[in-house]
Amino acid sequence: MNIVASDITSQSFDILIIGAGGAGLRAAIETRSRGLSTAVVCKSLFGKAHTVMAEGGIAASLGNVYPEDGWKVHFRDTMRGGKMLNNWRMAQLHAQEAPDRVLELEAWGALFDRTEDGRIHQRDFGGHKYARLAHVGDRTGLEMIRTLQYKAISMGIEVFMECKILRLLTDSSGNVCGAIGYWRPSGDLILFKAKAVILATGGIGKSWKYTSNSWESTGDGHALAFQVGADMIDMECVQFHPTGMVWPLSVRGLLVTEGVRGDGGVLRNSNNERFMFNYIPDMFRAETADTEEEADRWYADHSSARRTPDLLPRDEVARAINSEVKAGRGSPHGGVFLDIATRLTPDEIKRKLPSMYTQFLELAGVDITRQPMEVGPTCHYMMGGVRVDAETEAATVPGLFAAGEVAGGMHGANRLGGNSLSDLVVFGRRAGIGAADHAEGFSGTPEPEMGQALEAANEAMRPFNDENGESPYTLQADLQDCMQRLVGIIRTEAELRQALEKISELKDRLGRVSVNGGKQYNPSWNLATDLPSMLSLSEMVTRGALERKESRGGHTRDDYPQPDPELGKVNFVQRKRDGEHSIQPEPLLKMPDELKALFEDEH
Amino acid sequence: MTEVTMNIWRGDSNGGNFEQYKLERVEGEVVLDVVHRIQATLAPDLACRWNCKAGKCGSCSAEIDGKPSLMCMTRMDTLPNDTITITPMKTFPIIKDLVTDVSFNYVMARQIPPFTPGKPQPDGTYRMQQVDIDRAQEFHKCIECFLCQDVCHVIRDHEVNKLYYAGPRFFVKLASLEMHPLDTVDRRALMREYLGLGFCNITKCCTEVCPEHIKITDNAIIPLKERVVDASYDPIAWLGRKIRRKSKMTAQEAYELAPARVAPTSLDGIPATAVED
Ligand SMILES: Cc1cc2nc3c(=O)[nH]c(=O)nc-3n(C[C@H](O)[C@H](O)[C@H](O)COP(=O)(O)OP(=O)(O)OC[C@H]3O[C@@H](n4cnc5c(N)ncnc54)[C@H](O)[C@@H]3O)c2cc1C
Ligand code: SF4
Ligand code: SF4
Ligand code: FES
Repeated sequence: MNIVASDITSQSFDILIIGAGGAGLRAAIETRSRGLSTAVVCKSLFGKAHTVMAEGGIAASLGNVYPEDGWKVHFRDTMRGGKMLNNWRMAQLHAQEAPDRVLELEAWGALFDRTEDGRIHQRDFGGHKYARLAHVGDRTGLEMIRTLQYKAISMGIEVFMECKILRLLTDSSGNVCGAIGYWRPSGDLILFKAKAVILATGGIGKSWKYTSNSWESTGDGHALAFQVGADMIDMECVQFHPTGMVWPLSVRGLLVTEGVRGDGGVLRNSNNERFMFNYIPDMFRAETADTEEEADRWYADHSSARRTPDLLPRDEVARAINSEVKAGRGSPHGGVFLDIATRLTPDEIKRKLPSMYTQFLELAGVDITRQPMEVGPTCHYMMGGVRVDAETEAATVPGLFAAGEVAGGMHGANRLGGNSLSDLVVFGRRAGIGAADHAEGFSGTPEPEMGQALEAANEAMRPFNDENGESPYTLQADLQDCMQRLVGIIRTEAELRQALEKISELKDRLGRVSVNGGKQYNPSWNLATDLPSMLSLSEMVTRGALERKESRGGHTRDDYPQPDPELGKVNFVQRKRDGEHSIQPEPLLKMPDELKALFEDEH
Repeated sequence: MTEVTMNIWRGDSNGGNFEQYKLERVEGEVVLDVVHRIQATLAPDLACRWNCKAGKCGSCSAEIDGKPSLMCMTRMDTLPNDTITITPMKTFPIIKDLVTDVSFNYVMARQIPPFTPGKPQPDGTYRMQQVDIDRAQEFHKCIECFLCQDVCHVIRDHEVNKLYYAGPRFFVKLASLEMHPLDTVDRRALMREYLGLGFCNITKCCTEVCPEHIKITDNAIIPLKERVVDASYDPIAWLGRKIRRKSKMTAQEAYELAPARVAPTSLDGIPATAVED
């Protein structure tokens, strides 16, 4: 197969949005409401993006349960959760605007669970001082995506579903003004021209063996942006969620929502000990309960007791579980126990955590109203990503914008639960405004270079030309094994170097991958076209992890177990210039004094 | 028995046939795991859809031993036979293997006038009591797996009806709007005249296959049918019950609000070309 220009059909829009999760859809609603023609492209069917899987809730200081909550408290929690590596301006905008975005979802038809007085109910989550997560049982993401999906439908946004973008395209002066991809059902190529492009491609988990993420999370957006020269930050900061299922093997990694602990569930080891009391870090000691009695009292009343250590930020809990298992106090299948059965009545469990109840009953044969769950860390969320301007979500390459999980900065070194769904709508909207402004100021027509499109297309088709190469499934399995073993939750220099070697070997093998069958809905070919992103992403994570010689948030180095105050002042920035991949520390944005004052009670 | 034979339909819009794959059984697996193992080892180009592998996204719908099901939520050890047959959903055109063209549903979604709220409280927010949203929340659990659409004989057996029939998924959607405490649009005439509510003869097959256990027939369709009857014969009773939130609309008036309109709009009641069982 050799692709020539006439094999490619093209379409023009004002705005091209890659990704139909919460971030992409919220952006599309914004650009469309400005009257701009808007195309949304996604790899799966419309309405199936990863956002649909979000469980616990969306964080916003509405103050419906604790009126003393407000944006400053939310901002402070977010920064401390992120170990102060966050882009403070993003964290501030997020905390300030999240309540309006939640209320907006309600005005578009979302039905959140209610308080007694008919307002939106809010639940407790790790790292949030007050009960702050608006939710719908444990299926908040479904509510969010349906609401945005039907809003988008009502506005005439064009959706290109089951269409995979292979590469971003630039014009002769380097402005991003289009993309090339293919339709999964037919395998036919399609080229998009647009005045501005918004990346909203979500996460990266699929490069690890045990992950809560779906097959779509191959880090495409990270790789696409890097390839056109965008700055990438904090790529070493990957979140391992403390509670994934560990058994049966086939569902290992599947998420168990933090809402279980938010609603009273506790972690225990094989000695039936609530071990989290042994893992309270200094940074959180003052505000964390040190007896079981106090922790239990806190659930009912946050003013007279301090919060339970079961709800420390995720990085702390994941490391604690890891240590317990290593010390031989794990559960039969290599996790720890999460107990809700002795804490709530069966009726309460079924009402508050319906999908966890079915998930365990149907997939593991475990009745969580009577038995404890077995849980362990799972690769969950990417804090790092495209470096963006806080106000407009513009990347460092003109014409390109990024929002949602693919963007970096907002969450620093560790994300708090519930802060992603709010991130999607806050910055999805802002990216929409940013891109719309850019498009309106654009004169002439976008003219992406055809040569780039042909190169990408031919590269994608190459596996068909090779009869007896390697299976893409084997390559994927080898990469997942490498990242799981060597670039997991606890890292060391030697293992990271080994991983880099392995990745470079896998890159060589990528050129020899072959697939059989036709282009129509061929999963092995589809996977072959995901592999370049998975490898590029894995390399960025590993290189970042090597450079950050300290432990901070989601990034833990066994050989540098403490945070280093000097490294706490920098982002590691990765970029590609003239084919060279560079990485260097650059100072964080400076926080203004009035915000700094919020942290002054700290040592 | 440690081995299992998977009998999977392979082909495209031009036709196809069953292929057999023999594999070891692995403890705890669901049907989708086995399909994935077939892809990784025996048939790399075997097409199927999936995303979440947790029953949350509604992508992996197929017919397992004849029953419309989610492949990711059907455990192998719940299937009694040593040969398991998987076919694509019958109601939709084949794309390839287990993947069907479900665009009918996306077209239907655009025929429905969107949620349109009334005025908020003076502080700009809305108040709703939990008891008033329980029912609509049940409908919001829908994961759009389209298994109910697949099983419903009105379109499963009569292709032509797709022009005139929203199907159980969209009756659930319409019911969620109808029972949303804030919505203001009256879609009753529209449901009766253009969206084929009358075709449903309450066989309850849809309810049986719904993986979210939504009581589609009892809680959505039957109440809609009652309200539609109210709307056409007894407006006073309707108004008395509904505290005058919605003002009455004709089918055409409501349809004007839909994002895209493709259903034939000249009908009144059941169209002559559609087929009734
Ligand atoms: C199981 C689970 C539970 C979670 N629960 C919560 C929670 O309770 N609260 C919370 O705040 N966060 C939660 N999160 C995190 C949150 O759900 C995600 O971070 C968020 O949904 C990501 O949204 P997004 O819009 O950035 O991207 P996604 O929703 O991941 O969507 C990405 C989109 O990009 C498309 N795409 C990707 N690559 C390409 C390409 N090459 N071409 C075309 N399209 C492409 C995909 O098809 C998809 O449409 C959870 C995550 C998981 C995994
Ligand atoms: S109850 Fe109605 S909608 Fe459901 S399957 Fe039967 S005819 Fe179809
Ligand atoms: S109503 Fe049930 S069966 Fe029908 S699409 Fe929704 S979840 Fe699937
Ligand atoms: S893969 Fe999501 S429902 Fe089966």
